[in-house]
Amino acid sequence: MTERVATTPGLFPLPDPAKQQLSDLKGHQKGDLISGNESEEIVSSYETYRADVIDEQLAAGLDRIVEGQLRWDDMLAHPLAVHENVETGGIVRYYDNNNFYRDPQVTDELTFSGDVASELEAATEILEDRDADAGLQATLPGPYSLFDLATDEHYGDEAAFLDAIGDFLAGEVDAFPEHETLFLLEPSLVENPPADGVDERASEAIDTVAAATDADVVVHTYFGALEEKVYAHLMDADVSALGFDIVAGDRDQTLYNISEYGTKDSAALGIADGQNTLVESPETLNERVTWVDAKLPTQEFDRLYLSTNTEPFYLPVNKHEAKLSAIAEAADIEAEEVTA
Amino acid sequence: MSRPADNREQFRPRDHETDHFLLTTVVGSYPKPKWLNRVNDLANDEESKFTHEHLEEAHDDACRVITREHERAGLDTVVDGEMRRNEMVEFFADRIDGYEFNGPVKVWGHNYFDKPSVTEPVTYDEPWLVDEFEFTSNVAEKPVKVPITGPYTLANWAFNEAYETEEELAYDLADLVNIEIEQLVDAGARYIQIDEPALATTPDDHAIVGACLDRIVDDIDEDVRIGLHVCYGDYSRIYPEINDYPIDEFDVELCNDGYEQIDVFADPEFVPDLALGVVDVHTAEVESVEEIKENILQGLRIVPPERLTVSPDCGVKLLPREVAYEKMQNMVTAAREIEAELDAGEIDLDEPVPLAD
Repeated sequence: MTERVATTPGLFPLPDPAKQQLSDLKGHQKGDLISGNESEEIVSSYETYRADVIDEQLAAGLDRIVEGQLRWDDMLAHPLAVHENVETGGIVRYYDNNNFYRDPQVTDELTFSGDVASELEAATEILEDRDADAGLQATLPGPYSLFDLATDEHYGDEAAFLDAIGDFLAGEVDAFPEHETLFLLEPSLVENPPADGVDERASEAIDTVAAATDADVVVHTYFGALEEKVYAHLMDADVSALGFDIVAGDRDQTLYNISEYGTKDSAALGIADGQNTLVESPETLNERVTWVDAKLPTQEFDRLYLSTNTEPFYLPVNKHEAKLSAIAEAADIEAEEVTA
Repeated sequence: MSRPADNREQFRPRDHETDHFLLTTVVGSYPKPKWLNRVNDLANDEESKFTHEHLEEAHDDACRVITREHERAGLDTVVDGEMRRNEMVEFFADRIDGYEFNGPVKVWGHNYFDKPSVTEPVTYDEPWLVDEFEFTSNVAEKPVKVPITGPYTLANWAFNEAYETEEELAYDLADLVNIEIEQLVDAGARYIQIDEPALATTPDDHAIVGACLDRIVDDIDEDVRIGLHVCYGDYSRIYPEINDYPIDEFDVELCNDGYEQIDVFADPEFVPDLALGVVDVHTAEVESVEEIKENILQGLRIVPPERLTVSPDCGVKLLPREVAYEKMQNMVTAAREIEAELDAGEIDLDEPVPLAD
């Protein structure tokens, strides 16, 4: 029997009151965005809303709880954007979306930061206070995606830069408080696939990060299916699960990859659309899970993580909350026995 | 194919002093007077005594002020600065049946947008812009241009819950834009600008935008000038395809990156008229007349003077108002000086931009 775990990739939409309040406190210009040295007032505002989004996940019934990443003004580029040896440059497009982030330009060595660890410490305190059963899930950009989103002005060559980002993320993970799961988000593996040689190195960088934690590591991919060769290399990474975008139009390619190259004992399925307000019913979400199962008759999963396909910050808050509840309900539906 | 672009002469002012005529215009949005922003806040405050009628009156006042400000700057065609519009998708989504709003979503940092959802097939209910056009053309002495957010952008910058594909949604919206333009034309409009900024972000969809334009201009008289505005993109990905669009004028932002992309339009030959951005809307520094004249000459590398329109790169709403005004004023002065120099034969049209020494 496959265990179903309701979760989320993290990077939540800011609660509506927070949008105005933090905008007033911080300002609208690119220099006003998160720096890692926020004033006490801003820190305290984020604390309030962090608790709110954790409570929201507990109320929805998720099995893993994320910190929400509300501070991540630059989305997946955040861990670099707040680093002391990184300068934030112009506003650049975030993948193929009508969203933008500040170009993180790495100008010196990527030393230990601890920024994400302190967010997770705060989330842990809230979970302890709530006496929650659900475990903490950490979220980070995967090393290849962070490499792809950033600009190198220090390391000089691609290989050294990618390795340095892998080492940096591993150092961050090492400082994390206890967490049950670590999601590494790797949309760049789909959107801007690594060239020959870099694909192998991307996998090794994931290994470096994964080795820094005892938690289950899930490498989640989205915005479509992986190219076959990229998938083959990703399978070499020593992680618990790979995550797939089941909403995207090219999901048959994903099933082909899994059929041809196998997958890990567990998998993450992005079954709810993180970029559309149409709220899928738990039954629809369940059908998507059973569809994957039925298409992969030789594959048995120990565990399936169920979530939105993408980060959910694209959504308005009300629809996001509804999607979290639907995912939690879908995870509670008994997996039907698939007969051949 | 482009429409026959012989509908620009109607915008030449009667007292125009030179034989040459570079049509001067703006893209649309303009900084709102400070009091209008305060009034908008009041109108949203339930405890305030400010009524909807008061707000209407305030909008009328603002449109009057900004239309006249455009005329004072010397523009040949004017708009009302989009004083009644909050945002380029929201304004239309609010008026089209089939859209609903669920709350703001992030664009970047703490900049948000009330991205609507299309939850059922879109239909035309009441006119979107006819009242606005009638009001402005009553105020204006110059011809009034009407900017309309294009169907592709109205589809692409919304959540699509109702249609199988975004393409089908865009075509339905294009039919609605066509209905709206028919009504505007009945009301006297002769210059329509379709704004499609989303094309710049997803240039591979240029064929969809072309098919939308076919629907938009269907049965629209050729005396009506149809422009298409696109901004901030890699134009090599939509050129020469735009040459096949049924438009009179292609309005493009190029000043922003110092005309780095102008050569894209040099080969093959540019088919529609070119409306060229000659002042940057993202810098508060007012370009000198001399500088703007150099920018206009860049346009003459692509089209002859009788096919060149000059405008700011994009809407100027993010600039301080006095800066926006000075940019327009200098732009018009520069255009008039270039026209005089063309009359005098002082500009070599085979090589309008002198080669670097």
